[in-house]
Amino acid sequence: MVGLTVVAAIFATLPLVLILGLLIQKGASSLSWDFFTAMPKPVGETGGGMANAMMGTLMLIGIASSIGLPVGIGAGLYLAEHRGTKIAFVVRFLSDVLNGLPSIVVGIFAWQFLVRPIGHFSALAGGIALAAMMIPLVTRATEEMIHLVPSSLREAALALGYPRWRTSLTVVLRTALPGIVTAALVAVARIAGETAPLLFTAFGNQFWSTSVNEPISALPIQIFTYAISPYDEWHSLAWAGALVLLALVLVISLIARFVTRSRFSGGHD
Amino acid sequence: MAPFAPVDATVAVAVAEPRLAVRALDAYYGALRVVRGVSVDLLEGQVTAIIGPSGCGKSTLLRCLNRMHETVSTARVEGEVLLDGRDIYARGVNAIEVRRRIGMVFQRPTPFPTMSIRDNVVAGLRAAGRNAPPRAEQDEIAEWALRRSALWDEVKDRLPDSAMALSGGQQQRLCIARTLATKPRVLLLDEPTASLDPLSTQKVEELVYELRGEVTIVMVTHNMQQAARVSDRTAFMLEGELVEVAPTSRLFTAPADERTEAYITGRFG
Repeated sequence: MVGLTVVAAIFATLPLVLILGLLIQKGASSLSWDFFTAMPKPVGETGGGMANAMMGTLMLIGIASSIGLPVGIGAGLYLAEHRGTKIAFVVRFLSDVLNGLPSIVVGIFAWQFLVRPIGHFSALAGGIALAAMMIPLVTRATEEMIHLVPSSLREAALALGYPRWRTSLTVVLRTALPGIVTAALVAVARIAGETAPLLFTAFGNQFWSTSVNEPISALPIQIFTYAISPYDEWHSLAWAGALVLLALVLVISLIARFVTRSRFSGGHD
Repeated sequence: MAPFAPVDATVAVAVAEPRLAVRALDAYYGALRVVRGVSVDLLEGQVTAIIGPSGCGKSTLLRCLNRMHETVSTARVEGEVLLDGRDIYARGVNAIEVRRRIGMVFQRPTPFPTMSIRDNVVAGLRAAGRNAPPRAEQDEIAEWALRRSALWDEVKDRLPDSAMALSGGQQQRLCIARTLATKPRVLLLDEPTASLDPLSTQKVEELVYELRGEVTIVMVTHNMQQAARVSDRTAFMLEGELVEVAPTSRLFTAPADERTEAYITGRFG
């Protein structure tokens, strides 16, 4: 029995190891300084990079976070402070449904309600689509983290004459903050690699753009475009892009892990 | 073990005024009536102990005295609690104001884990937000409160450190300092030594003993020896009712009610 679980545990980590190995094998050779700083070159020319796609990914993460984090944390705080109410039940349930929604559906929804009325693809539409994916993640994680705050701390603050809102902000939320930061980072890592919601919203862009009002490239879109192209040169760039994306997610996860650890080591004497 | 001088309660009672007067108090959780028609005078500058078996409603009674009971959903209070003659449950009385005047310390130490030792002590002052005293004055009050709690010598060199690094007993005295810093009229202690070792317990008891005269103290305890050691008057509760309240020396030597006698001689509870 123990042997079987060990085998299962090895198989659980195997995909990541294989993916990492393959990406390093296929993509590492195309990684260069140029990859991070240069623009894509036209077909037939060698070299070129994904500077615009990286800028795009950062912008999309920025837009999504500035919408998704405040809404998600606020909703999570509400759910935690009003556990038993009917509204909390409904919000919690819908949050879970939204969390399980296929990302392509979010993309189509954003296209219908943002891209079509505005008339063109834009970074803003992409960011909002990603925010819609982020909100349920952050909401539920924030709620869980706030639950971990002992109710005795809330009582202590109330007994000192803290108003309810100040108790929530300066004691409860503040105590849960490392956990919420971790959850936010995990959510960012999750949306950083999303492709489907961007296909009909941010769309992709061969040129340098930092405008929220114009189509913008992103690493996953660029990888997709290059991977389905018939050119070997673009294929290897797609591998390199995938490697960079994986590295980004790994780094964010590591930071998240570090924040979590400092939270639990600080709590005991 | 009798570390303190015996209290001449009869003399004290003669001069003391009721600081807090409880009148026909009922407290409910939902339909369950856990405090039943309690009336008692808590005399100025005296220590009143509330004893009784587990579940007798003594902690709930205490929580009604600073309007903490109502922070639990479905909880309800009927009757009056007069602080210097004014009902704290009267219409228009702000629960937050009440809690600033009537401080509370809980069974388990509840230092705020995200705050330094110094910030913990002045947390109650800072609850006032913009009306909080300036930093220098806060420092003065912090030192005063820590001296009053017999903690100053132990922490004066590490005020900026996390409060979580203190021992359990120090944390509990820190919580007492935090409550004293707001200069409450009444100090409510809910089994303040239940989670402490004997030495820390003795320090907290000495502290309670020394604070008498300056502040009116109501202490819930399941430990009859503790009640006998530190209190001027003792109230015995059973099944939500206040059976008897008398000067401590008399309650333990010549109880008027046979249920009190049964309890203090260990025949139940």
